[in-house]
Amino acid sequence: MALQDICNFQDIFVDSSTTECPSALLGKKTGCNYVSALPFQNSTSLFNFRIPLAEYLDESPTQFGQISTSQDHSTALLQESTISCFPLPLSPPPAASSQAVPLPFPMSHGTTTLAFAFQGGVLAAADTRSSCSGLVACPASQKILPIHSHLVSTTSGTSADCALWKRILSRELRLYQLRHRRQLSTGGAAKLLSHMLHPFKGTKLCVAATLCGWDGGEVDGGHGTGGAQADLGGCMKTCGPRLFYVCSDGTRLQGTLFSVGSGSPYAYSILDQGVKWGLTVDEATSIAREAVYRATHRDAYSGNNVDIYHITSTGWTRRNREDLKEEYYREKERKERKMRLDMA
Amino acid sequence: DFTGQENFGDNGKMKDYHYTGPVEHRFSPYAFNGGTVLAVAGEDFAIVASDTRLSEGYSIHSRDSPKCYKLTDTTVIGCSGFHGDCLTLTKIIDARLKMYKHSNNKTMTSGAIAAMLSTILYSRRFFPYYVYNIIGGLDEEGKGAVYSFDPVGSYQRDTYKAGGSASAMLQPLLDNQIGFKNMEGVQHVPLTKDKAVQLVKDVFISAAERDVYTGDALRICIITKEGINEQTLPLRKD
Repeated sequence: MALQDICNFQDIFVDSSTTECPSALLGKKTGCNYVSALPFQNSTSLFNFRIPLAEYLDESPTQFGQISTSQDHSTALLQESTISCFPLPLSPPPAASSQAVPLPFPMSHGTTTLAFAFQGGVLAAADTRSSCSGLVACPASQKILPIHSHLVSTTSGTSADCALWKRILSRELRLYQLRHRRQLSTGGAAKLLSHMLHPFKGTKLCVAATLCGWDGGEVDGGHGTGGAQADLGGCMKTCGPRLFYVCSDGTRLQGTLFSVGSGSPYAYSILDQGVKWGLTVDEATSIAREAVYRATHRDAYSGNNVDIYHITSTGWTRRNREDLKEEYYREKERKERKMRLDMA
Repeated sequence: DFTGQENFGDNGKMKDYHYTGPVEHRFSPYAFNGGTVLAVAGEDFAIVASDTRLSEGYSIHSRDSPKCYKLTDTTVIGCSGFHGDCLTLTKIIDARLKMYKHSNNKTMTSGAIAAMLSTILYSRRFFPYYVYNIIGGLDEEGKGAVYSFDPVGSYQRDTYKAGGSASAMLQPLLDNQIGFKNMEGVQHVPLTKDKAVQLVKDVFISAAERDVYTGDALRICIITKEGINEQTLPLRKD
């Protein structure tokens, strides 16, 4: 169809992602053949990335686009590789080896995000400034994106990359949940994201995210309530707050405290001082707020407001966005009062 | 290999002219054609405005090349940056709108267009469209909506946004006048349509004074539930 050809949409409406895996008969987790039932093997990829081959950039502009006499020369000129979103590559994707097109504009970067786990769940906090090489592109951006009811992720790096890859991750997690009838754990989600980003290693893609979630543990629906009781012992190990750091260079780490971004050194100093497992929710919130506040004070690329999300066994809750400018004035007042008391 | 400076900023703007040694000039598939776009959302209206100058380097290609493109009866998009990519992008958006209309038997809403544009831009993550987009329109409830994009697809909903060559000059003015930022003890009056239109005109007149790539004429599209009303206002031609 002509319109679809323009938009390079081959089979957007054909959903050929049926798995070979026989559906669970009793709701038990069946032994799916994971090789053939890879979640993104036949999926209609939303993204066919057009990677320009470097050759045409070296051609002089008078020859650009012209068909030359030599055979392989012309094929190289007219060829453009399209790499679909989730390839099973036999050869490394050309994106890593070909030179990137020199961009005439800067991308958004620079941030302070942090997350830590404690007895009351996981707390994630981030500033809201989105900067673009010296200009504040957006003073009220959202850096903490909810993925599903029990998983939230903080984003750092290029805003567009983070926003789009989060969307892709949400989609894949939802598909996994529908196919396998259980929620993927935080570690599993982190692994999924890490594997999806791997083909783009070496390119300019920049995503550094911490996935903060609460794992509900394994619930075997087929056994009924009896099974759930017996599973409680094992459940303790698999339930609870989870925190993973995933980076587009391939890092995937589990931990209890992470801070990412240009303001992270400042945030780390506050967090290392005060974060303990036994904190109450209020104490944890105030430490997170303080850490972001200090980081925004010292780091030029962080600023404006602070967002705080709290993830517990019942899901995530969001605290109202707070303008740190007020905090700065309040602190100034406190210092002045203290000075007056000292002098008196 | 690409030696020489990173071309952040714009290829068209003036560079320092002193001898730094031999520099290899690579063919750049991009050009900067200037222009400023602005969008403001009100309670029941939205305004998308752009200048109409098309320039490249020291030359002006055209004085009548507006950068607002009508997408649906309730949505207008403003695109500035590289004119070639603006044209292709608007053609692709139009085609996708038609496809959606044919498959779903309804017009795309502003929010849906914004989400779709984000994926279109990101599909060219490794060879981006050099376009700064701002979508202005009415959402499903009839309230004004503005969606601003970066060239690779990151977007969000705003109340007002300026994009293009004079964006750094206009955005702080809008922050102050519409967002009431950095002012103490001021009453936050909601923006009326006439006040918004007047503000947009004043803001562009100021931009034309100080930005060389902005000028010639101003095209304003006012979107209300009655339809899209277009106005043209002359600006400095020098």
